Amino acid sequence: MNGVHDMGGMHGMGPIEHERNEPVFHAAWEGRVYALSRVLRGGDWNLDASRHGIELLPPAEYLRMTYYERWFARLLGQLVASGDVTRDEIEKGAPTAGAAKRTPVVPASTVVPATLFARAPSRRSVAMAAQFRAGQKVRARNIHPAGHTRLPRYVRGKTGVIAVDRGVFLFPDTNAHHLGEKAQHLYSVRFAARELWGDQASPRDSIYLDMWDDYLERP
Amino acid sequence: MSTEDPVGRRDFLKTAAASAAAFASDSHGGPSHQDHDHEHQAVPSDLTLRVKALESLLVEKGLVDREALDRIVDAFETKIGPRNGARVVARAWIDPAYKKRLLADAGPTIAELGFTSHQGEEMVVLENGPKVRNLVVCTLCSCYPWPLLGLPPVWYKSAPYRSRAVIDPRGVLKEFGVEVADDVEIRVWDSTAEIRYLVLPERPSGSEHMTEEQLTALVTRDSMIGTANVTIAAQGDRA
Repeated sequence: MNGVHDMGGMHGMGPIEHERNEPVFHAAWEGRVYALSRVLRGGDWNLDASRHGIELLPPAEYLRMTYYERWFARLLGQLVASGDVTRDEIEKGAPTAGAAKRTPVVPASTVVPATLFARAPSRRSVAMAAQFRAGQKVRARNIHPAGHTRLPRYVRGKTGVIAVDRGVFLFPDTNAHHLGEKAQHLYSVRFAARELWGDQASPRDSIYLDMWDDYLERP
Repeated sequence: MSTEDPVGRRDFLKTAAASAAAFASDSHGGPSHQDHDHEHQAVPSDLTLRVKALESLLVEKGLVDREALDRIVDAFETKIGPRNGARVVARAWIDPAYKKRLLADAGPTIAELGFTSHQGEEMVVLENGPKVRNLVVCTLCSCYPWPLLGLPPVWYKSAPYRSRAVIDPRGVLKEFGVEVADDVEIRVWDSTAEIRYLVLPERPSGSEHMTEEQLTALVTRDSMIGTANVTIAAQGDRA
């Protein structure tokens, strides 16, 4: 979607605020929201669907909220949508009388380094012909999907060169909406900075994006 | 793979939007938020209460094991951080064969140092040199090589960096105190898929006599994102 999250190339966002010796979490609640999101992520809420949950926040709210405020809003939305929790329970802060007691999907005993690092892989080991090959010129399609996409606006319609074929990966645009994995080749594509931004950019610079077959066409 | 109809999704969209709106109006009403001038300061105090209430509810419903939350928070606060990445960089500086393997196939090479391999997110290491420097960003969200660097700093996830890194990398680097000469090529890597990028910064001059451990202590988080150089003087600065 052409959302406010798609920020590449925007102006007016202000200076970068670099904080020295920044803590991992700025308040205890941030850590709890992070951890809750980790243990509750699962079921239908794959990584792409979760990212889309953030993108769907109203734009003004997205910009106003801090990072973990967005996560908290998403978490509430996911919990209610999945039926794990009702809005009434959230308001009251207590389970509805007679609600069945569940079993945690992630018990403490499973939180060890190996599971902390584990994430459902996006690579798919299926043999599939690549539509493009390294060194080939390609154009990013001028498409504007209303749902989740990992094709930023700033690159659409622009011409680049395939740098590396990374192999076959599931396709976020369909996976986020539970419309199938649509596995396809993913490439690292190099765009000259001047192709994207014109003469104000350095002739030496370039931007690399990871792009799926469905984002690309022959120029 | 799920192929169910998207009705559930539409419900989610409505719910998410409603929750966000409710959340927004609740958390932004009082006079205590008028000083909300910095992205991570002046956090509405009721967030502490609301998150606590949600956690208690989820524990009571049996959906969450509180001890699991404690362990995750602790791991990210004390165990998973830029030192993991710094060890990879220092090893690459002193061991040319390791560096060669690292640049060719980062995943298994990183695992050689004893880090749990991070399936799901694949690593690519980008080497800086006298005429090339690399800069990593995620313009769409906050993708970051967290098994090696920990959770990203606020600036990395914030609009100013995400918007400008791709259109004005030289200006961004200048803001970080790094002047890049005209004849140096900058490669910006926008993390749009499940490939994660780590910059292998240049080894600083004057570090020739240093041990691997001393070198590890020099390597900063920002140097592995691409927004800083490693210098002898940087020792002890966590950024």
